[in-house]
Amino acid sequence: MATVVVGMSGGVDSSVAAYLLKQQGYDVIGVTMQIWQNEDACSVEKKGGCCGVSAVEDARRVADVIGIPYYVMNFKKEFREKVMDYFVAEYQAGRTPNPCIACNRYVKWESLLQKSLALGADYIATGHYATVVRLPNGRFTLHTAAGDEKTSKDQTYALYNLTQDQLSHTIMPIGAYTKDRVRAIAEEAGLPVAHKPDSEEICFIPDNDYASFIEKDTGKKAEPGNFVDEEGRVLGRHRGIIRYTIGQRKHLGIALGHPVFVKEIRPDTNEVVLSENADLFSRTVTVRNLNWMAEPDLPENNRVMAKIRYNHRAASAIIEKTDADTVLCTFDEPARAAAPGQAAVFYQNGCLLGGGTIE
Amino acid sequence: MIYLDNAATTRPEESVVRVMEESLRDEYGNPSSVYRAGAAARSLVDRSRDAVARLAGALSDEIYFTSGGSEADNWALTAAYEASGNPHAHIITTAIEHHAVLRTCDYLKKRGAELTILEPDSEGRISAESVERAIRPETVLISVMTANNEIGTIEPVGEIGDVARRHGILFHTDAVQAFGHIPVDVRKMNIDMMSVSAHKFGGPKGVGMLFIRRGVRIGSFIRGGAQERGRRAGTENVPGIAGFGEAAGLACSGMEKYASEEKELRDYGIGLIHSLIPDAEINGDLTERLPGNISVTIPGMDGALAVMMMDRRGIAVSSGSACSSGSTDPSHVMKAIGRSDRQALGTVRISLSHHNTREEIETAVKILADVADTLR
Repeated sequence: MATVVVGMSGGVDSSVAAYLLKQQGYDVIGVTMQIWQNEDACSVEKKGGCCGVSAVEDARRVADVIGIPYYVMNFKKEFREKVMDYFVAEYQAGRTPNPCIACNRYVKWESLLQKSLALGADYIATGHYATVVRLPNGRFTLHTAAGDEKTSKDQTYALYNLTQDQLSHTIMPIGAYTKDRVRAIAEEAGLPVAHKPDSEEICFIPDNDYASFIEKDTGKKAEPGNFVDEEGRVLGRHRGIIRYTIGQRKHLGIALGHPVFVKEIRPDTNEVVLSENADLFSRTVTVRNLNWMAEPDLPENNRVMAKIRYNHRAASAIIEKTDADTVLCTFDEPARAAAPGQAAVFYQNGCLLGGGTIE
Repeated sequence: MIYLDNAATTRPEESVVRVMEESLRDEYGNPSSVYRAGAAARSLVDRSRDAVARLAGALSDEIYFTSGGSEADNWALTAAYEASGNPHAHIITTAIEHHAVLRTCDYLKKRGAELTILEPDSEGRISAESVERAIRPETVLISVMTANNEIGTIEPVGEIGDVARRHGILFHTDAVQAFGHIPVDVRKMNIDMMSVSAHKFGGPKGVGMLFIRRGVRIGSFIRGGAQERGRRAGTENVPGIAGFGEAAGLACSGMEKYASEEKELRDYGIGLIHSLIPDAEINGDLTERLPGNISVTIPGMDGALAVMMMDRRGIAVSSGSACSSGSTDPSHVMKAIGRSDRQALGTVRISLSHHNTREEIETAVKILADVADTLR
């Protein structure tokens, strides 16, 4: 039977993934990826955090219960370069990065897969809510996870950038289940993490305070600047562009008597443009750095469901090429707050067609 | 499994397991109690103390049992600093010490201590001259390990002891890797304090000792009852101490024979590495070296991954010093002897014991060569 390395975070999803593969008869090896914390600095551990020392302890206990060998692999260098540095640079450029997408593409898949193949594995597996499928055209893609809008934990959005080679070596055992079902399986199997809470934050910023993290990481205080309206009139002072994202309404620190939102961030002039909600809707989004999954390129049928944020409900759109590596995505109904730096991901028939970075 | 990680821990000798089991089953009295059951446990502790003292060239009442090497290091350094009465007292140590020493030094620095951290040469040797040059009027302690855990280099502890004695400065050595493997004589070497751990030479985990020379005035580290002549409180770990004593007894009579067997295996392994992996480099001093240590750098190989791959094939070796999480960053020892991060990360430590055979070494080195091929 084939050998699979399961990336184990110590959470319930990857634990159940490992358990299911073992049940299916695979030769399973558990691996926790150590990616960001210093061994000295992990005494304060947030509940559900995905990569601290308690994550290692939980994962090791699960591996022991399942009866599989278990290792910890160090990916701190890769994570620093491909995820944290990118995250900081994007915010400084006034964009809204998605570190999970970068981590999946470059750390979880590229680096872990490489080491796992060296270790003698045929596949890597994760506890993502998605299913790898092979289409009649020979290509690999991801099918969205089981469940309806309320119950599905679909995570395909953050996986759009995986390559065909990576997908051909990937198993996602829990894509056919809902979260409730996964917890029930963990319970039945006696896994000690069945009731562990989900992690919601970005793993390397457990207190969710991005701005302070960036200031600490770069050793530079964010420069205050002006809030302006679309005509360029100064409305007040902001506390540094890294503190704002497109569409943000709360914690602006400004009262104009009517609700305003962040419409645009201008790193060159250090300005944050505010506007009323209606101005935030746009019918078109330009998407670059494309990764095609279900098809080798934009297919003839260009009607898709498109998602422009992790929590965005996929909306009907058509996509058209404007050059070799750029598409224009036109929504049937205007979509709210497309943030540069985030991903736009396209689906057809529940499968991931492709995606790219919002311009 | 072929076990080749004896610098991490050793398999307890059969007779060690036996005396510990007997102690747990039959001599369960508290050594502090008056009745016979207590006295029986007490005499077990006494006999062990004698055996350990004999192996160290110390007097029995200079041996203080602890929970292991790390406690002994913490105690020696912290108590020597406190006994000096000078918050800015100066301590000399080295960049290749175990973290039990280095982290304690960091802690004392926060309390006001001045530190000199000596850099070794490219073989990991610390010269007595460099120690002497670092001495200041405020120097209260010199702490240099007897032998390094990662690269196996043996330090000139006797010469450093002479320097310390001439200047009237306390000399502590962390002998955790050396004790029971090479001769250590606290009197000949002018050692004032010495840390030892039992599980590195055939004894059990969770027990060790600090040797404190008679007349050295340092305070207690664990306060409470009057055990260990009032200097280390807590009911004695009688089974552990019994096992420690048994291992010390075995080392006393067998060390020379075991060491020569290990050296032969080690040199056979090093020769085989050179012939199968021509660009491999052995770290550490080739002659002043622990009998069981082979630290090898294979340029461009991922050492951590190599260890996992070898484990898949039944060989237990380590990629550096063992670490609680199992994940490794470039080792501070490799950095101190001038190796790059890439070299440090390409390092595997094979540490053997007299229980290993030639065939086992041959198998392990062949698998290492194979793994190195796959990874490069």
